[in-house]
Amino acid sequence: MSAPQDRTDDGGVPVPVTPAGATGGAPAELPPSSPAGRGMFGDQGTGDVSGYGGLVRPQRSIEAATRPYGGYFDEVADALEEAYPAFGEAIEKVVVDRGELTLHIRPERIAEVCQVMRDDLSLRFELLSSVSGVDYLGADARRLHVVYQLTSMTYRRQVRLEAAVSAEEPHLPSVTSVYPTADWQEREAYDMFGVIFDGHPGLTRILMPDDWEGHPQRKDYPLGGVPVEYKGAEIPPPDRRRSYQ
Amino acid sequence: MSASNYATERETAEGKVFTVTGGDWDVVLSGTDPINDERIVVNMGPQHPSTHGVLRLVLELEGETVRELRSVVGYLHTGIEKNMEFRNWVQGSAFVTRMDYLAPLFNETAYSLAVEKLLGIEEQITERATVIRVLMMELNRISSHLVWVATTAMELGAINMMLYGFREREYVLEIFELITGLRMNHAYVRPGGVAQDVPDEAIAKIRDFLKLMPKKLAEYEKMLSGQPIWLERTQNVGVLDATGCLAMGVTGPVLRSAGLAWDLRKTMPYCGYETYEFDVPTHTDGDVWGRYLVRLAEIRESLKLVEQAVDRLRPGPVMVADRKIAWPAQLAIGVDGMGNSLEHVAKIMGQSMESLIHHFKLVTEGFRVPPGQVYVGIEAPRGELGVHAVSDGGTRPYRVHYREPSFVNLQALPAMAEGGLIADVIAGGASLDPVMGGCDR
Repeated sequence: MSAPQDRTDDGGVPVPVTPAGATGGAPAELPPSSPAGRGMFGDQGTGDVSGYGGLVRPQRSIEAATRPYGGYFDEVADALEEAYPAFGEAIEKVVVDRGELTLHIRPERIAEVCQVMRDDLSLRFELLSSVSGVDYLGADARRLHVVYQLTSMTYRRQVRLEAAVSAEEPHLPSVTSVYPTADWQEREAYDMFGVIFDGHPGLTRILMPDDWEGHPQRKDYPLGGVPVEYKGAEIPPPDRRRSYQ
Repeated sequence: MSASNYATERETAEGKVFTVTGGDWDVVLSGTDPINDERIVVNMGPQHPSTHGVLRLVLELEGETVRELRSVVGYLHTGIEKNMEFRNWVQGSAFVTRMDYLAPLFNETAYSLAVEKLLGIEEQITERATVIRVLMMELNRISSHLVWVATTAMELGAINMMLYGFREREYVLEIFELITGLRMNHAYVRPGGVAQDVPDEAIAKIRDFLKLMPKKLAEYEKMLSGQPIWLERTQNVGVLDATGCLAMGVTGPVLRSAGLAWDLRKTMPYCGYETYEFDVPTHTDGDVWGRYLVRLAEIRESLKLVEQAVDRLRPGPVMVADRKIAWPAQLAIGVDGMGNSLEHVAKIMGQSMESLIHHFKLVTEGFRVPPGQVYVGIEAPRGELGVHAVSDGGTRPYRVHYREPSFVNLQALPAMAEGGLIADVIAGGASLDPVMGGCDR
């Protein structure tokens, strides 16, 4: 068995390779799971040993919602429109799905929008519950999405903000000056997805080791397949162990 | 062996570096100049008995005062979120239960609620399954808070409380074992319901526990609440007010100890919590002492909830009726341990070819979840546990992110500890109740 040509042997540290499913259009077509193009335990495909890794799913995008959105969503949208003059330019899309409101924000505007969401008296989203990244590889040209879950304790409301950046230009402003709690959560999004938050006080890796290469939760990053050093000896990843080949 | 074998000393550009292994403080002191070297940087952890697992703290000290504190996490990162993307939706339960290992049932329930919301089947979850979830979560909250009071008391010098706390927690774990088959890592709450019904012996054992626990709580309070050393070590220590909590995103008992009665069970109810009778304990001091009182009071409230849940249990199914989603299993104890009951196997194998194919596909491939994203937050013992789940329409999660209260709350440690004494770092850090398995995922 020989390795594909587009791989350089770099001691087992995974390098981004064009995933097998990147051109198919379906968002979750899975990439080859190791730089060897061969997954763990000798699997040739995706590192997925369930046998269903090759399933092709019909692509279906979520439609943008039209007014009225229902519930408190209209009030939130109205209040934001009133308090934030650049509303029309900053909001790309409004989605209402499964009883949750998502405002798609232009990435360069995200910190301003958060400031208004926190400070306006009729919005009052005091708590930033969560920041997370999602990689929509193949489904969106700006594939890296950053998702902010805002909670208003005063009005007991929840709203999701979503900003999309491309992997080539993964920059957007940090919201740490508005919500200090975003500090570690943005570091995690940087660590896992390579999104760069401009203005963050110390954007370093948080879960992976400092010298790690690549961003593990990107969809073109394989599962497993790195050598492990233990007591001075290097243990190769399972797919490079002789017993599995 | 001389003391210098323990504390090795070397010069670096930043100054002298000592490798300290314990019992060798004199060597460090004799090697520093007390006039010019006022500030020393101490690295505490990641292997340290009082950092609650593999948490590393880098402390800059001036005498005994902490000038700067930085926490370093990630030593227990296991890539659970990434791994889940390669397994089907039901298998996700077995991954998430391993995150915060002191509150596995919360992880599972939050995940199941998120998947059910994505599927749009919240209405179809049976009454009995929901009551069992509440029952299990509240028992789990008690066991988690017991570990908190046990470990925190131990770190502050009260070893006896550690023994008592773990003893009562063991009782809860026995109940879990009776119901789920496992003491930890249950994978019991599944998308669609729960894995199996609660046996009658477990109900009897829970009722015994409800009788036993209030007496034990009174004992803990007798031992700790009036104890001068405990008061000295906790009162006005690790203070964080409500403003600080909100800025740092701190939720749960720490926020409630600062006076804000924010409990998702009351404010954004799920699993029918709005129909139960319970109070949200708060305190106003925002210190370690307040957090201790809030957590003990929460154990009492959880006992009330467990009692109500047990009374509400009515016979009925514990899994959704939809055969396209419900896990096709009927577990029973056989000669070789727990597994599908023989009747159920005979039924699957004997009915028709199609039902066998359906069973096989559902178990190996899994059910499909319509595309979209949801966020579900529940009140875990440490605060808001949020699940952001994204589906692309396939049989596996496209992305699952956990908003882990341990992770978010730990950010507040410098705000609590800087300017205080080094001894209070331990008390303040412990009062946040971080679980590194959850923090690092």
